[in-house]
Amino acid sequence: MAQEHMKKVRLHDIAHARAGDKGNRSNISLIPYSAATYEILLEQVTEKRVLELFSNKGASKVVRYELPNLPALNFVIDDVLEGGVNSALNLDQHGKTLSFLLLTLSVEVPVTMAIKNTV
Amino acid sequence: MVPSVVNIGCGAGFSGDRVDAAIPVAETLAKREGPKYLIFETLAERTLALAQKHRRKDPTHGYSPFLEDYIRPILKKCYETGIKIVSNFGAANPKGAAMKISEIADQLGCKNIKIAIVEGDDLLQVMSSRDIQNHPTIEGLEIGDNEVIAANVYLGARPIAEALSRGADVVVVGRCTDPALVLGPLVKEFGWSEDDWIKLATGTMAGHLLECGGQVTGAYFADPGYKDVPDLANVGFPIAEVANDGSLIITKADNTGGLVSAQTVKEQLLYEIHDPENYFTADVILDISKVRVLEVGPDRVKVSGAHGKQRPDTLKATVSIDGGWMGEAEMSYAGPNALKRAQLAIDVLKRRCRDIKTNNPIRFDIVGTMSVHSGDNEDTTNTHKYPDDGDYRIRIATCGHDKEIVERVNQEMLSLYCSGPAAGGGFRQHLTDQVQTASILVDRNKIVPKVHFLTDYT
Repeated sequence: MAQEHMKKVRLHDIAHARAGDKGNRSNISLIPYSAATYEILLEQVTEKRVLELFSNKGASKVVRYELPNLPALNFVIDDVLEGGVNSALNLDQHGKTLSFLLLTLSVEVPVTMAIKNTV
Repeated sequence: MVPSVVNIGCGAGFSGDRVDAAIPVAETLAKREGPKYLIFETLAERTLALAQKHRRKDPTHGYSPFLEDYIRPILKKCYETGIKIVSNFGAANPKGAAMKISEIADQLGCKNIKIAIVEGDDLLQVMSSRDIQNHPTIEGLEIGDNEVIAANVYLGARPIAEALSRGADVVVVGRCTDPALVLGPLVKEFGWSEDDWIKLATGTMAGHLLECGGQVTGAYFADPGYKDVPDLANVGFPIAEVANDGSLIITKADNTGGLVSAQTVKEQLLYEIHDPENYFTADVILDISKVRVLEVGPDRVKVSGAHGKQRPDTLKATVSIDGGWMGEAEMSYAGPNALKRAQLAIDVLKRRCRDIKTNNPIRFDIVGTMSVHSGDNEDTTNTHKYPDDGDYRIRIATCGHDKEIVERVNQEMLSLYCSGPAAGGGFRQHLTDQVQTASILVDRNKIVPKVHFLTDYT
């Protein structure tokens, strides 16, 4: 699709997410509000971009799992919890708030797509 | 006779959960036909180590500290209407928990209530401390000479099913997998065999969806304007309806707030899951990669497509060791030029902490700019996006085994009252006794769960 037919939005406008922790590893689900948006997430929310987003927190590796029937993506991010719930000095030792950090990523969607806010 | 549907409700999703959430769940279950169960999941990874510490101080303690708050409001109703209760209330002392429940049952007039205890999760009964210390951990952490405070294996559904088959009204477990609290009753009712992987997978998925209580019914979900949830203050806790063919409906307690939608179920389905094809439990390896969710009525979602693979030959155990101390201290700066005063305060703290000459890690935050989303070594001067005027709170955090050093770092924050920048206020501090945990895998043949009834002891 040509560039002029696209607009930039935040992931928060088209998807929701929840973070869970195990040791020093976080998993964050990313679930589109509309199944039609799943392809956009698949194309644009790559392991590389997510690793970059969490690099300030020490993330060393990101694996993305695809669940086409839900549809949803599941990101598993290593070493992102500053030691995890038993030793992190971060106020949020579980990394519960990280789901909404993921939702700050920007993505391009067709201008015709109805969403609440654009950036 | 094998029932057509088993109803299982959840009354608590973690050790600090709402103590009144189970009441509407019990009232709803009481009206249902067929077998009905109420589970409470109250045992996080670290909770057991804390419980073990309590038990050492007082041998009658060491079970869930909120046990009575959870049990008292619903026990009589459950007993009179045939709702069986299954919980990991036991923590480090399942027998102690069972005795407490028995005492409450007596007070409420629940005569001849049968309370079962599942034991065998305590790894220190079958392995020496030394062997545990030398065992490789999944995380790669060396336990070394650190004292093992607690080591517990995640038991599966079988002993829970056995306790129920022997007539238990209440089953108290120490450590078991969270989904086993739900799978145990299903195995008992439907007689699912140990290698019926697809059915065991569905039951495990039902347990996974229920184990965090309101997290599947609109709690931990609301995002105003994006994901609105009705009457969140009165969120209803979940009920699973499971049929013998493995079909599963998630719904919630009657006359409550919250909601069950495809969205709430999807969020909880993936909660704390890594590889969706390989979620390891004691009973089965669950594969949710092909799962579908479908709204089939108001607050009713059908979940289908779970697959299962042969259970692992090992069981996971959590080992808890002493983790030293964590110190945290905070101070607020507000009004004109508050951000600059907050940053000056951090400069002063950094200079003063240098003189303490410790290798312990120290972290600084300015709450109101970036904190929870920042890394440990974030530059707290990189705040150009934020106004100088505002309402900011600085925080220092450190940890280490030397309590005095940790306390001294906190003290530096306190001293800012008289010796820091202008108008710092609202000092608070915490000093926390830390527990470190590591996971090890144990040959499942070494672990022999045992079911006792409280009456066996008298």
